[in-house]
Amino acid sequence: MMLTDENKKYLLTGNEACAEAAIQAGCRFYYGYPITPQNEILTHMAVRMPQVGGTCIQVESELAAINMVHGSAAAGARAMTSSSSPGISLKQEGISYLAGSELPCVIVNVQRGGPGLGDISPSQADYFQAVKGGGHGDYHTIVLAPGSVQETADLVFDAFDLADRYRNPVMILGDAQLGQMMESVEFNKKSEPNSYKKEWALTGANGRKRNIVKSFFPVRGELEEFNAKLQEKYNLIKSKEVRYEEINTENADIVIVAYGTCARICKEVIMKNKLPDIKVGLLRPITLWPYPSQVIQEIAEKVQAILTVEMSAGQMVEDVKLSVLGRCPVHFYGRTGGGIPSPKDIIKKIAEIISLKENSTCMT
Amino acid sequence: MEAVYKTPDTLIDTPTHYCPGCGHGVIQRLIAEIIDEKKIKGDTIGIAPVGCAVLAYNYLDIDMCEAAHGRPPAVATGIKRVHPDKVVFSYQGDGDLAAIGIAEIIHTANRGENITVIFVNNAVYGMTNGQMAPTTLLNQKTLTTPQGRSEQCDGAPLRICELLSVLDGSQFVARASVTSPKNIIKTKQLIEKGFKTQIQKKGFSLIEVLSPCPVYWRMNSVDSIKFIDEEMVKTFPLGIFKDWESQN
Repeated sequence: MMLTDENKKYLLTGNEACAEAAIQAGCRFYYGYPITPQNEILTHMAVRMPQVGGTCIQVESELAAINMVHGSAAAGARAMTSSSSPGISLKQEGISYLAGSELPCVIVNVQRGGPGLGDISPSQADYFQAVKGGGHGDYHTIVLAPGSVQETADLVFDAFDLADRYRNPVMILGDAQLGQMMESVEFNKKSEPNSYKKEWALTGANGRKRNIVKSFFPVRGELEEFNAKLQEKYNLIKSKEVRYEEINTENADIVIVAYGTCARICKEVIMKNKLPDIKVGLLRPITLWPYPSQVIQEIAEKVQAILTVEMSAGQMVEDVKLSVLGRCPVHFYGRTGGGIPSPKDIIKKIAEIISLKENSTCMT
Repeated sequence: MEAVYKTPDTLIDTPTHYCPGCGHGVIQRLIAEIIDEKKIKGDTIGIAPVGCAVLAYNYLDIDMCEAAHGRPPAVATGIKRVHPDKVVFSYQGDGDLAAIGIAEIIHTANRGENITVIFVNNAVYGMTNGQMAPTTLLNQKTLTTPQGRSEQCDGAPLRICELLSVLDGSQFVARASVTSPKNIIKTKQLIEKGFKTQIQKKGFSLIEVLSPCPVYWRMNSVDSIKFIDEEMVKTFPLGIFKDWESQN
């Protein structure tokens, strides 16, 4: 049992930090189903929600969880659900309905290996699902990718604010590594959560015109008009909410693009660079949607090559290539099924890229 | 002169999209009357299902939420937990509630969620032109049971009231029909009791209403009423299956 003090450091798993940050962000409605490696979120909520007068229901299914989130969000409250990859697949229809109904909420995916039952090890193989829609229809969720336990807490706090500001679901895309490891974390948010006037919410129509929360537009033309409005919102998000971290990208020969756990490993590569003749930088996307395409494009103008490192068979690399648009070579190094890239592997890959380049210079 | 029968305040006066002879209009009018009589228009939140009744919010002038197919009880739960003092009801068809949403309805009832469910059983998928529903009668012909529903292939019809009434969380479970003025009055009384159950915070209530679907039964309206009164009630007997007031 834990009650958090400001400015005090706690040693927590990423999952616990995620749950606690949600409570501090004003989330009082959490619905979850057990699945490894995110169980600590549900168990933390089961302890903490009653302490703060909130609701935590262990539900019968992922479908029930995401649809209870739908109800609580429609009722005007801050609501969250969490799961891991197979469970997130089950929630996709619900996420589409949330996006189509313009309901704010937070969905946490502590990714594990796939496809299918896969395994419970760290993975980043749900990137496509998270950033390209996942469910049916033309929609986007805002996708935030933390790189540490502290950042998990900070981004969960921000996620509720972004969700309310844009009336849009926000996904926290972590992985088994980030969820399970313990680090020190502070909940030192000086500000109270912003409060948003939710005039659209279902509260009973006393003293006002009634509200309808819906995503059904059967009259010809209405749906296209609504979709255009959604796209306008997405363009606004793209223009205002891109977040990333840059390390040593100035004058770099090679820049690595990696997020989450992979970015941590790549940071170590940069700090302990054993290739003294080659300057290596890192671009770490923090928002995976909207994607930091502009900065990657600018980097591509200046570097010899970009290397994308992922715990997948190559997913985010497609967005890197779409950002680079041929301005420089884009290489990929990935591990799947619970394999985690080691600094040694990445250094080897960089050396390989350099030797490729030298060979091609020799040949011309 | 005093008006003894008028459009309820909660019922929006607009042309209906329901087919001729359909029972949805009657049932939704009853809900509107009850909301008026209980003076809870500003304190009621409804959930519309996927299916013919998705447009229920075109008729009921209250706060309403759509839900994905089968999920109204989960959405209702999410709303009720935020607003425990509002009256929250879901309005669901037989495909929605008894097929794709069977898990949600069982667990919502079992949690004793303090909501009311209006379950419209017309033994067929109407919106999609008349396929077999979980409540389609044995030997009943539908688009997907052209030779009639076979117990061997499709199983027997699901009796939802009987199923839910054995759960501890269910407080009021009843079945009625809208085939005659007498039955319509009875239906209204039962729905009213469902709302009362919720307002008094007793727990979960569900009222199943046997309702005609002449167009997708490929029957005229008179035969449809007969079909309910003579055939459907044999499988789905009318009555109260659980009542917190008659328990100790």
